[in-house]
Amino acid sequence: MSLQPETFKSLLKVAAEQVIASAPELTTLDQAIGDGDHGTNMKRGFEAVLGKLDAISAQPFDEALKTIGKTLVMTVGGASGPLYGSFFLAAGEALSHDKHLPDDLAEVFASGVDAVSKRGRSHAGEKTMLDVLVPVLEALKTDAGRPDIVERIRTTAAEAAERTAPMQATKGRASFLGPRSVGHVDPGARSSCVLLQAVCASLEGRP
Amino acid sequence: MNDTVSIVIVSHSKDIAKGTADMVRQMVGSEVKVAFCGGNPEGGLGTSVALIVDAINDAWSPKGVAILVDLGGAETNSEMAVEMLDPERRDLVVVCNAPIVEGAVMAATEAAGGSSLAEVRAVAEELSAD
Repeated sequence: MSLQPETFKSLLKVAAEQVIASAPELTTLDQAIGDGDHGTNMKRGFEAVLGKLDAISAQPFDEALKTIGKTLVMTVGGASGPLYGSFFLAAGEALSHDKHLPDDLAEVFASGVDAVSKRGRSHAGEKTMLDVLVPVLEALKTDAGRPDIVERIRTTAAEAAERTAPMQATKGRASFLGPRSVGHVDPGARSSCVLLQAVCASLEGRP
Repeated sequence: MNDTVSIVIVSHSKDIAKGTADMVRQMVGSEVKVAFCGGNPEGGLGTSVALIVDAINDAWSPKGVAILVDLGGAETNSEMAVEMLDPERRDLVVVCNAPIVEGAVMAATEAAGGSSLAEVRAVAEELSAD
């Protein structure tokens, strides 16, 4: 997996567009177990990222990731802003300190996941975005060298998001619902899945 | 004005934030600086890191700033806002684990007496103690 600047630009564009396109679905999921604003919040954040696409793509990777993070922090308007923002800020920070893509992808991704976990004081198993991010990190750690790694990430993310449906939420707004949170895919897990799948699709040269 | 801890109120709703600030001013007076913000970057229900940063800077006191929040996203966004402050200000801002209205009034009352940031926070957080 190599990552050239032009690849990064199209990848970021596809990812942002997919999140924006999934806004109605994310909102529906969030209306079931949250406060119903995840779709519009993510849409606002990634529209702001799209608006800076040229400037972001012109930056070195580490600065580009930090700009994405800061943009999400400043524009999303819900808890997902600091959560996704912290992911990108920490991943960018890792790249600023002797980590390189693609060789250190798992470590860079791990920095992002760790930041989400700290920001949300949460861990996998609580029906959150971490229930997608952590299994994907595990797949990156074990299978990064495999030729089918992109496919592995795609299926891992999809299966992991679906596995949040039977979970009972113990973090975030959904935890207020207790057992009534069971039966719905977590909106944050779903948006993480949308982002990761868009990145995979872009890397495989599909729209 | 700058010899008391300041209070910042962060709600998902600007009306709640403003109403809470009004109560603090009426009950505690004007010797404690109070700033408030509410609403997402588009003005709907939610919170905005940029608005929180502005509110902290507006209310700034060298004795520190205590933030009172309502629901989860307000807390997460407030913590993020603190990290985005100038480094020399970060350690002088705390997000209190306390109910927003009662916490703001108790914190401001304590601040008005000239208490430290730690004392102001402790008084607000007593409201959340088991």
